[in-house]
Amino acid sequence: MEERERGTAKPTSRRAFLRAGLAAGGAAALTGEAVAAPKGAGNPANLPPNVADWSRMLGDGVAVRAYGKPSKHEAHVIRRDVEWLTASRQSSVSFTPIHELDGIITPNGICFERHHAGIAEVDPNDYRLLLHGLVERPLVFTLDDIKRMPRVNRAYFCECAANSGMEWRGAQLNGAQYTHGMVHCVMYTGVPLKALLEEAGLRPNAKWLLLEGGDAAAMTRSLPLQKALDDGLLAYRMNGEMLRPENGYPARIVLPGWEANMWVKWIRRIEVGDEPWHHREETSKYTDLLENGTARRFTYVMDAKSVITNPSPQAPLRHSSGFTVLSGLAWSGRGRITRVDVSLDGGRNWRPARIDGPVWDKALTRFYYEFDWDGRELLLQSRAIDETGYVQPTKSELRKYRGVNSVYHNNGVQTWQVHKNGEVENVEVS
Amino acid sequence: MSRFPRAAIAALAAMPILGLAVVGPLWAQQKSTASKATAKQTPVAAKRLGIGRAATPEEIAGWDIDIRPDGQGLPPGQGTVKQGEAIYLQQCAACHGEFGESAGRWPILSGGNGSLAGHDPVKSIGSYWPYASTLIDYIRRTMPFGNAQSLNNDELYAVTAYILYLNDIVTDENFELNAKTFRTIKLPNEPNFVDDDRETTEKAFWRKDPCMTNCAPGAATVTGRARAIDVTPETGKGARVE
Repeated sequence: MEERERGTAKPTSRRAFLRAGLAAGGAAALTGEAVAAPKGAGNPANLPPNVADWSRMLGDGVAVRAYGKPSKHEAHVIRRDVEWLTASRQSSVSFTPIHELDGIITPNGICFERHHAGIAEVDPNDYRLLLHGLVERPLVFTLDDIKRMPRVNRAYFCECAANSGMEWRGAQLNGAQYTHGMVHCVMYTGVPLKALLEEAGLRPNAKWLLLEGGDAAAMTRSLPLQKALDDGLLAYRMNGEMLRPENGYPARIVLPGWEANMWVKWIRRIEVGDEPWHHREETSKYTDLLENGTARRFTYVMDAKSVITNPSPQAPLRHSSGFTVLSGLAWSGRGRITRVDVSLDGGRNWRPARIDGPVWDKALTRFYYEFDWDGRELLLQSRAIDETGYVQPTKSELRKYRGVNSVYHNNGVQTWQVHKNGEVENVEVS
Repeated sequence: MSRFPRAAIAALAAMPILGLAVVGPLWAQQKSTASKATAKQTPVAAKRLGIGRAATPEEIAGWDIDIRPDGQGLPPGQGTVKQGEAIYLQQCAACHGEFGESAGRWPILSGGNGSLAGHDPVKSIGSYWPYASTLIDYIRRTMPFGNAQSLNNDELYAVTAYILYLNDIVTDENFELNAKTFRTIKLPNEPNFVDDDRETTEKAFWRKDPCMTNCAPGAATVTGRARAIDVTPETGKGARVE
């Protein structure tokens, strides 16, 4: 693990950096330790012609690991947070280690978290969903009630509107986990909100829903009714098992393609109304401040976006020149990904990447680009194109429209600089 | 495996089929082929399922705490700026600062007027928030942090009044906030919010033929580096794994 981590090694701690001052720190960072030699060497006792312990002795029996965990050698594949971002861990965010994953499904235990008052530990026997407001019949549902209703299975990406939000003013965090890790993609099982609303019967003037969480933030968002009727879900399972407490156990809202803040976790109440409520998460937060001082509100859809997950700063190239596989993720809140282009020279020339695995509506999509690395420095970029014809913009194109103050919805093209020694850095280019 | 009775294997294999046979829902789910498994097909109800029970007015009243800009949902009660000051200092100031200026990284409540178009915008209640109802609603549902829904309605109105006072939205320390006086409160930044207009203002991002070769003159040059800022968390540090 130590060796593995050394790719991101920095010569100075943040405190030391602050002491040293900006100019010195910037220079020092560049003289950082080179990437460690590949892990390769290994323990000769385990290598041919010798026979390793695990090939000779019995291992744990069945059900010893009653709920299995990843290999102990994968212990570095974890959510990480950025402590200076927030005042407390209860109202904060952790990031998916996207640089350690492949395919399109995120394992449940490492889906990014965003809580506003910590993780609510809801007793499923005491779980109730209240549905009221402009309905014919205000109703209370138990979890068993919800599980008894017809259900659907859908894989969707879930992205925080603030994903990449720290990068508006320039390259800031050195790792795909931190720049793009507020996204995950799981297979949800749940009840269409339409079915739930029809049980209560909508009044003719129903136009908006208020979604309210059962955590100590009682987090609320106003949702246009039409979205709920189109494809909104009340989900209770992720990847087959019940939702994790971190992700809203026992039930959460799923709104395909829309910003994750609206996917209210631990959902306890849905009120039907005729106007939006303009609550804190849709006024003070999750509104996009533009350069002229005005702000956009109700910016629900997540624009098409992509990122190269490997190589990336936490996952440098560990071989010298030769064949290599570049890998990444693309997604769009407007539909399917139709194409991903990759550039090795900072956006001067592009070539189509190879998409592999399912290409699902509003789900993560995996792409690869295989090439012979000649050992020279690279400026890697990827650009997603979705079925509406939206082309992921460069950061400078995006800033032309948004300025740098908007915090949310940063879907600009990411650049990774691959050095000759395989080390990778988060950079901006012109 | 060899010791597993054949008959038992056969029985296990048959189980799912039997399971399917007894499922005869009133709901018809559109048939989906494997390749269309993700198509937007939702179950169609033949009729109401009759699942869920009627919610009582008491149940609704206990949980229905939301407030709208038009005043819908405002509870009975009242409180003055002066009364709010004492509550604020005791319950809020540790995080938000004595004058709403914020302590550490906790949210700022006041100040920043005229800063929104500048380099360092301050999004306080007075400078940014569009509606005062949002403040009452938010305090009511989740403040004080870690002791949510502990203020009574009079305390709620009083502390809201004080925070409006910190923002110069009300200027008289004898001002009493209640459902009636609430209607006199307007926050200055309300007109500066516009609905999402990306599909028109950012139309340029829908392009027919994105450039593939020689898309910009000369070689790309690096203009900024995350390392120069050096705020990435320390190597190896992450959430604790049990």
